[in-house]
Amino acid sequence: MIAVIDYGVGNLYSLSSSLSFLGIENTVTADKNKINDASAVILPGVGAFSDAYAKLQAGGLIPVLESQVKAGKPLLGICLGMQMLFSKSLEYGEHKGLGYISGTVAPISPDLKQQVKVPHMGWNSLCFKKPSSLYKYVNDGEYVYFVHSFYAKECEESVIATAVYGGTELTASVERDNVFGTQYHPEKSGATGLKILRAFCELK
Amino acid sequence: MLAKRIIPCLDIRDGMVVKGTNFGGIREVSPPVELASFYNLSGADELVFYDITASSEGRKLFTETLKKVAACIFIPLTVGGGITTVEDFGRVLKCGADKVSVNSGAIADPQLIGRAAKRYGNQCVVLSMDVKRVDGKFTVFSHGGRVNTGICAEEWAYRGQEEGAGELVLNSIDTDGVKGGFDCEMLNEVCKRLTIPVVASGGAGCKEDFLTLFKEVPKADAGLAASVFHYKEIDIEKLKLYLKANGVPMRTA
Repeated sequence: MIAVIDYGVGNLYSLSSSLSFLGIENTVTADKNKINDASAVILPGVGAFSDAYAKLQAGGLIPVLESQVKAGKPLLGICLGMQMLFSKSLEYGEHKGLGYISGTVAPISPDLKQQVKVPHMGWNSLCFKKPSSLYKYVNDGEYVYFVHSFYAKECEESVIATAVYGGTELTASVERDNVFGTQYHPEKSGATGLKILRAFCELK
Repeated sequence: MLAKRIIPCLDIRDGMVVKGTNFGGIREVSPPVELASFYNLSGADELVFYDITASSEGRKLFTETLKKVAACIFIPLTVGGGITTVEDFGRVLKCGADKVSVNSGAIADPQLIGRAAKRYGNQCVVLSMDVKRVDGKFTVFSHGGRVNTGICAEEWAYRGQEEGAGELVLNSIDTDGVKGGFDCEMLNEVCKRLTIPVVASGGAGCKEDFLTLFKEVPKADAGLAASVFHYKEIDIEKLKLYLKANGVPMRTA
């Protein structure tokens, strides 16, 4: 059973549907016991960093997540869910994150080498940086779907894939021990995204 | 590198896709899940669902249809038609839509764009515009292209961006249905000052029209069409390979 954390941020219908489509049992929940019983945990998220973090906090979910990570259970953060895995974010002020992976979430715009549109929205290709079990069914260069204006930096040792935009390499996904993150939306990335979700759910 | 997108548009009435009239003048329909699955497999980068029903029963059926499609198609879905309030945004987002497109509703109440963007994020607010030449000026039409609003298209597009729209769909009434190519002149003129993504619509008749669009309108991020895809006059998979071979960045299998 995969627990998809429901803390009132964003629409979890597609994520839950894509797991069901793969035949993977899943529950959209904020219940501590259900999260404890799950074989792996997915932390989704859209919107603003500080709002989402405050909601996690208000729901009493931060200690729950922490105990899952300490127990070695696979955790996947998606989009803003990935950004929250980092130490801090500079989105509208400086905010503390969950700190499972060291790095900073910062605006994309100042780091772009060419003038391109922000948000970075649409299909971009993955450039693998390190071998990862998350990509065991996917090839370098496959396309995934992004929508974001902030990205994770100063986290080189955890980066497993990037996407090039405006001449700059943006962090596309990270891995540190049992904690994984994708800046893109695997649940919106067609067949490639489904393969990534399948690989995550097969982690032990 | 970010890929240019190819987007089929599906008009939904009474729970079925209305394909528009073919050359014989016969109106054909298709089950939405079937057609959406077909597009998903043939490499469509996104799907647009347009609700063309007016009744409340039809609207209910539309959201049910949307849910069924969203449960089996894992690419971005944009939904439009009859969006006039922030609650309308919520209604379709809950059913699995990723973006909501607003047209006449925003002309009647331009601040709807900002209210929806604040609540759901700019990335999910799409401003859709129907544009036609009137006395040589690009003018916005509302109500499915029937009403001349007298509004300058370039100004409305810019206002939409400033109000908080995250994407713009520009449909040319002059080239729509003609199958003689996209309205590159209008597209370049109207998106002059824009920094948000632009989806070009109206006029695609053959694969070369898409190449011309992406070469001549650098600001176009996507090409949208309906009947040429529905009647298989253009095969999306072949179209994308053709564009890629001609230097347009494309997501291909």
